[in-house]
Amino acid sequence: MADDPQQLVVLSGKGGTGKTTVAAALAHLAAQELSLSIADADVDAANLELVLDVQKVASHEFASGLLAEIDPDLCISCGQCYEACYFEAITPGGVGVPYEINPTACEGCAACYYRCPVDAISLLTPPSGLWYESNTRFGPLFHAHLFAGGENSGKLVTLVRQQARLRALDDHRDLVLVDGPPGIGCPAISAVAGATLALMVVEPTLSGAHDLSRVLELAEHFGVPAAVVVNKADLSDKRTEEIEAFCAARAIPLIGRIPYDTVVTEAMVQGVPVTEFTDGLVSQALIDAWGIIKEKLVGG
Amino acid sequence: MRIAVASGKGGTGKTTIAVSLLLSLAALEDDIRPSGLQLLDCDVEEPNAAIFVKPVIEGQELVGILLPEVDPALCTHCGRCAEVCAFHAIAVFGEKVLVFPQLCHGCGSCTCNCPTGAIQERMSPTGTISWGSVPDCPGVRFGQGEMNVGEAMANPAIRALKKKMLPEVDDGVTILDAPPGNACPVVETLRGADFALLVTEPTPFGLHDLRVAVQVARGELRIPTGVVINRDGVGDDGVLAFCAENDVPVLLSIPLDRRIAEAYADGIPLVDAVPAYRQDFVGLYHKILTLVEGES
Repeated sequence: MADDPQQLVVLSGKGGTGKTTVAAALAHLAAQELSLSIADADVDAANLELVLDVQKVASHEFASGLLAEIDPDLCISCGQCYEACYFEAITPGGVGVPYEINPTACEGCAACYYRCPVDAISLLTPPSGLWYESNTRFGPLFHAHLFAGGENSGKLVTLVRQQARLRALDDHRDLVLVDGPPGIGCPAISAVAGATLALMVVEPTLSGAHDLSRVLELAEHFGVPAAVVVNKADLSDKRTEEIEAFCAARAIPLIGRIPYDTVVTEAMVQGVPVTEFTDGLVSQALIDAWGIIKEKLVGG
Repeated sequence: MRIAVASGKGGTGKTTIAVSLLLSLAALEDDIRPSGLQLLDCDVEEPNAAIFVKPVIEGQELVGILLPEVDPALCTHCGRCAEVCAFHAIAVFGEKVLVFPQLCHGCGSCTCNCPTGAIQERMSPTGTISWGSVPDCPGVRFGQGEMNVGEAMANPAIRALKKKMLPEVDDGVTILDAPPGNACPVVETLRGADFALLVTEPTPFGLHDLRVAVQVARGELRIPTGVVINRDGVGDDGVLAFCAENDVPVLLSIPLDRRIAEAYADGIPLVDAVPAYRQDFVGLYHKILTLVEGES
C-alpha cells in the first residue's frame, strides 16, 4: 500500500462550523503544490460544488436498500405484516381494506415480505440518490445528492470517498481531500474510517466544544489522528482558550485560529474559496494551517 | 401540536430557535400559556439543547436495537437467517453463525424466520434517553437522546425518545429539535409532526440545503412548512426569492447580531440575551397555529 494516497477528512461534530469553507480553501491551497482528488462526503447537504466551479462529467444512479410494497389486490388484511414490522411502517387497513406501507418509515428489512402468507408484498430497489464525477480547477470532485429523506447515506459517503481514492490511485494523485458530514453517526463513520488525518473545525461555543469532544472520540475510536482549527475564534476568547486547554490536555494539535469575518460569506456568494477571494486574516490563518497539515501528512 | 425544527444545513440556529420558542411560550401568563409544553432534543449524535435549557434530569434509560442471539443447541445451520437478512448482518459458515452488530438494524426478521426457534432477541444499547423538568419554567418537560460514540444508527434513540415522551392523546405542545441534514434521522424526527419549522441562513449554502429540506418536509412527508431566516443581512437574496417562488412562508427573520452569537457561545438562550425577541417567538407560535389550522 506504499502508493496509497493520503486522505485528509474535514469533520466537526456540530453542523455549520465551517467545514466546507475550510475544505474549499484547503483544496485551493493544496492544489498549488500537490495533485488532489476531492470528495464531498456530506451527501445530504452537499455544498462543496457551490464554491469549486464544477463541470459535471458523469452522473450515476445510486440505489441501496429495499422498499416493501403491498399489492392491494392480493392483500387479505390479515395483519401479519403489521405485527412483523418493528418500524411502524405499516398502516393497518381493516376488514377487506388492504394494508399499506409508509415508504418514508420502511427500513427495507423485508420482515413483512417473508411473513405475508399470500405473497402480496414485493421488494423494490428504488434509487436513493445520484453521484457525480466533476472537474474542478483543483482536481476531480466526487459528490452526490441523496434524494429527500433517503436512506443509507453512509453507503453513499463510502461510495464517493472510494471513487475519489480510486481516481487518486489511477492518476497517482498525492492526496484525497474529503469534506465530511456533521454528527458522529453512520455518515461520519464512513467519512473518517481509514483516513490519514481528521481536521476538526470547531467554533468557540459551549455547543461546539461539547460536539468536538464527541467527534474526537469518534476519530480515536477508528484510530485516526486529529488536528483542530477554531473557526470564528474571536467570537469568544474565553471559549477559544477552553478549547485550546482541552486540546492541549489530550495532546491534540490546535493548528489554527480563524477570525470571524463576513468575507467568508462574500466568497461563498461569489462561489469561490475564501483564500482565492481575499488575502486577509482569514486566508492567512488558513494558509498557516495548511502549512502545518502538509507537514503532518508528509511526516505521516 | 408537534412542531419540528429542522434545517438541512447545520449550524443555522435550530437549537437557538427551538429553545427560544420553548422559553417564550413558557413565560406567558398562566391563562394563555399552552399546557403540556415540552422540548425533545432529537439530535442524538450531538445533542446541545440541554446546554441552553439547563434541565434537571429525573430519569434515564438505555435504548438500543434488538440483536439476534443464536442458541447453538437448537441451531441446525440451515442458513435461513442469513438468507432473509436484508443487511447481511448474520452469516452462517459451516457450523458457525456470526452476527455483525454494526450492520444489524434490529428488525427481528431472522428471529421470526428461524425454523427451529433458535434465535432470541437481546437488547443491545446504542445510547441513552433522559428526561426531566426545567427549574426556570414550572410545568415544562425536557427530553433528549444521546447516541454512544462509535454507533452508526441514530434512529433507534430518536424513536425511543419520541415513544417515551409523546402521549397517545396529545393536546400539549411539543417542540422537536432535529439533527442537521436531510437523511433518515431527520425524517424520523419529522414524522408525525404537525408543522416543520425550517431554520436557514440567507447564503448559497443555506439555500441549497433548504431546497432539499422543503422537499423532505412538505414534499415527502406532507407536513405544513414555514421558514425562519437567521443571521439576516449576510449573504444574498436567494432564500427570499426561493420562498416567494415556492410559496413557503417566511415566519420570522432574525438579523445578524453579534450579541446573539456571543450569548450562544456561553450557552445563553437568544431570548435571555435579547428579551425583546420573546414577543416575536410568541407571534411565531401564533402564525404556526394559524397555518396548521388552515391546513386541517
